[in-house]
Amino acid sequence: MTKFRTPISKVRGLGSARSGAHHWWHQRITAVVNLFLVLWFAASVMTLAGADYATIIWWVRDPIVSVLLVLLIGSLFYHFRLGVQIVIEDYVHDEGTKKISLLALTFATLALALAGILSVLKISFGG
Amino acid sequence: MASTERPLSPHLQIWRWGLHMGLSIAHRTTGIGNAVGALLLVWGFYALASGPEAFAGFHDFLTSLLGRLVLFGVTFSVMLHLCTGVRHLIMDTGRGLEIASNRRIGILAILAAIALTLGLWAGAYGFAGAL
Ligand code: HEM
Ligand code: HEM
Repeated sequence: MTKFRTPISKVRGLGSARSGAHHWWHQRITAVVNLFLVLWFAASVMTLAGADYATIIWWVRDPIVSVLLVLLIGSLFYHFRLGVQIVIEDYVHDEGTKKISLLALTFATLALALAGILSVLKISFGG
Repeated sequence: MASTERPLSPHLQIWRWGLHMGLSIAHRTTGIGNAVGALLLVWGFYALASGPEAFAGFHDFLTSLLGRLVLFGVTFSVMLHLCTGVRHLIMDTGRGLEIASNRRIGILAILAAIALTLGLWAGAYGFAGAL
């Protein structure tokens, strides 16, 4: 793949449409990861319906569950970040507004993902 | 954007409405709508990590009528996006692009999303012992 790129295109790392092939791949890789983790999470929450606080905490603390939850939150927000970027690029044509929207999107998704991941880790480490 | 006069690609109004167009719009709408689910997810873990009282607030919202409606909407949004997402992944391999096969996987995606949503909710009420 890289062979087809000019040196300046490699430096920019943006691809022909200024977002490039890696964006496309990451959208799909995270889509497949989401597919499995979202189904796992939905099925788990279904079995936890009606459970009390202690039971849910006990479930989150299981090391495998903690790891899968962190992966789910990471993959989900990364996928969302990539997806909304496409939507913004489709509808926002003013370069300045576009840059600011994308920056705001990055900060918002990063903040939310970190809040979710830190909460899971806090529970998992018994805070 | 275009400062020079260039030919434009056919605009929205010349496309004929069809399942493929509806599903394309639905995939984008549910992708954005899933953000509500992502917010609920973070709120839930934040509440869990903050202790039983904070979690009770989250739990009270989710089990209220509004909370249940929101959660049902989120379930369907995520499941429809998931199924139309799998349809996208299938089409990326070059399959399901003929009119008949495209229509078939489109209808299949909608039916699967409805079945998953209803199945999850029936299961949840079953586990909660409230059925
Ligand atoms: C399962 C995980 C991942 C896989 C399989 C993967 C795969 C790939 C592939 C195949 C490329 C080359 C694409 C191309 O030639 O255009 C690439 C490039 C890249 N990836 Fe990943 N990736 C993964 C995760 C990540 C993550 C988590 C990040 C950062 C948050 C990341 C950042 C990048 C960057 C910056 C490039 C270079 C883009 C460019 O040169 O245009 N990757 N990745
Ligand atoms: C559950 C498993 C999921 C699968 C299989 C999946 C699959 C996909 C695929 C294949 C695409 C690219 C479609 C295209 O190129 O037009 C996509 C786009 C997108 N996804 Fe997902 N996704 C999943 C979950 C999520 C979640 C949980 C969110 C939000 C939190 C989300 C938000 C988005 C957004 C905003 C887009 C961009 C839509 C657009 O460009 O029109 N997805 N998804």
